[in-house]
Amino acid sequence: MARLSKENTNLAREIIDRYPVRRSALIPLLHLAQEQDGYVTEEAMEHIAELLGLTPAEVLGTCSFYEMFKREPVGEYLVNVCTNISCLLCGGEDLLEHLEDRLGITAGSTTADGKFTLEDVECIAACTEAPCLQINYRYFHKVSHEQVDALLDDLRAGRLAHEVPKHGTLARVRQQVPSDRRARVAHPDQSIEPVWLARNERASGAGAPSGGGAGAG
Amino acid sequence: MSDREIPRIVSSRWDLEDGFTLDRYEATGGYGALRKALEELTPAQVHEEVKAASLLGRGGAGFPAGIKWGFCPPGVFPRYLVVNGDESEPGTYKDRILMERDPHQLIEGMLLAAYAIGCGQAFLYVRGEMALAQERLASALNDAYAAGYAGRNILGSEFSLDIVLHWGAGAYIVGEETALIESLEGNRGMPRLKPPFFPAAKGLYLQPTVVNNVETLANLPWIVTNGGGAFADLGAEKSTGTRLFAVSGHVENPGVFEVEFGTTTFRDLLYGKQYGGGIRDGRRLKAFIPGGASAPWFYEEHLDLPLETGAVGAAGSMLGSGAIVVMDETTDAVRACWRVVRFFARESCGKCTPCREGTGWLEKILLRMLDGKGRPSDVDKLLDICDNISPEINWPPKQTTICPLGPSAVSPIASAVIRFRDEFAAYCGVDDGAVPITVPVKGKAYLAQPVSEAEPVGATS
Repeated sequence: MARLSKENTNLAREIIDRYPVRRSALIPLLHLAQEQDGYVTEEAMEHIAELLGLTPAEVLGTCSFYEMFKREPVGEYLVNVCTNISCLLCGGEDLLEHLEDRLGITAGSTTADGKFTLEDVECIAACTEAPCLQINYRYFHKVSHEQVDALLDDLRAGRLAHEVPKHGTLARVRQQVPSDRRARVAHPDQSIEPVWLARNERASGAGAPSGGGAGAG
Repeated sequence: MSDREIPRIVSSRWDLEDGFTLDRYEATGGYGALRKALEELTPAQVHEEVKAASLLGRGGAGFPAGIKWGFCPPGVFPRYLVVNGDESEPGTYKDRILMERDPHQLIEGMLLAAYAIGCGQAFLYVRGEMALAQERLASALNDAYAAGYAGRNILGSEFSLDIVLHWGAGAYIVGEETALIESLEGNRGMPRLKPPFFPAAKGLYLQPTVVNNVETLANLPWIVTNGGGAFADLGAEKSTGTRLFAVSGHVENPGVFEVEFGTTTFRDLLYGKQYGGGIRDGRRLKAFIPGGASAPWFYEEHLDLPLETGAVGAAGSMLGSGAIVVMDETTDAVRACWRVVRFFARESCGKCTPCREGTGWLEKILLRMLDGKGRPSDVDKLLDICDNISPEINWPPKQTTICPLGPSAVSPIASAVIRFRDEFAAYCGVDDGAVPITVPVKGKAYLAQPVSEAEPVGATS
């Protein structure tokens, strides 16, 4: 485990190419590393540093700020239970306790068989569907204790493989822009007024009060 | 609420099973506004429509979008558009639905904004945890590029825009626009000091940058199609158009509702049959958060206030991100307060001392109370720490920090302590003989009196 694979390195180059400044690709590449290995390995961070012209420390500095990046292996299924205010009011803490009992672990740890990691998380934007949880970042709304038991059984039996991909995989569709459809990447050093704006500003006379943001409101 | 028919401006496709597909979007009028703009309107005219609409930003701060666009200094290029889809204010649930169920509407909104402002590249920053939204947006963008709605020479015109789909990795603070820009540059998501430079002048890569919320941009196709005037005809005062409100917590029918902005009241939303449907199990209301965890709490006496930015602000709180969290009479104010404060303590980025240290201390003291080890001096100690984070505990809050996260942690404490002081005192039985301290409090919502003398919900001291 490992540097980025050949395939992922090519993908990384494609991602880097989308940004006017390479470093902007750092978080997307960390996601790519986590998708490959299930967590972000030191080797992957070193590889990302090489690809972006950064030091490994700079990569770690960014990586360690964000809660989703795991620098140690986690369970096959990351179970994130929301206990923030709306879920708290609707039984989120009970749901978390129930899961702790069922899995025999406390929030923040992983089952001995490596199947489940349980986390007590902050608001995941499903407040009207409380109590809610995510498994590998897939939502489950208004979850009862019975439902969560069934969910664990289904996951153990591999019945939800289609809905819940492995940890690290977020969108299963990648953005793809055919090279002939791409507009020019606007590099910060090139101060070029976009052609559609320039034409219209000329048409409406110099010093037009708005559009293109001339003047401060 | 007014009696006239209110259009569903941003949620019109939510009930369609395939509302997220390009086919359905086109079949329901999608990309018509883009066509109209490219064929009939100059960028300046699109900007004028948005100004005429008086569209307030829907992310939390509520700044008028058209005016924000106008802050880009003339003649400085490239300009960037950044979409803030990092929805994570506790109680807030609307941008995720907009991205999952109607991604093309957001993309069309981005195209209209970029056309008007003069951006050749836009970044769509989605919250990291929202895998389905990322997936729907990736598909939608791929389809939009293939159909000629994005990329080079859009619909055969001179207008070109590249849209880069980007997502975060778990950090509430990145919802603050300068922190979001830092994150987009590959850094730790810590807010930038401002002034002197706001993103419109020096933002992403120190170039002029407009950061708009998802819901704000989702309004643009309707505004361009129907005119800014038609939008401004809806709503009241400064609050025009419609707005999404998520009603969660102890209501019979929690949900996300699009209602006329400025005229609908909290009572309509919490008790209306087609909305919240009343407090669960016929119980009484204890308190509600009117605009996300950062907002001071409201009570029964605030129910008839309209959902209007100015009116809510004058009463001492804010509509923020459109998140209404309802607490019934069985709610333990101390526990609810602790949970919200713990959130801010966990999410403080650590850049400013009052927030980094203060939120942590607030959380520790509240936890000590819940553990049965509270001391009589703890209640005032909480307010004293709040006063250090946000002097005088006023509303709108004063800041000793770069961004509003620290002062946000003051809202739940000041609200709950002042209104429900007895509940806090009940947790503070361990006498430590400390000398009482007096802390000034100025916020209107904090000073609100109990509902009735006969049936005190709590007691102000």
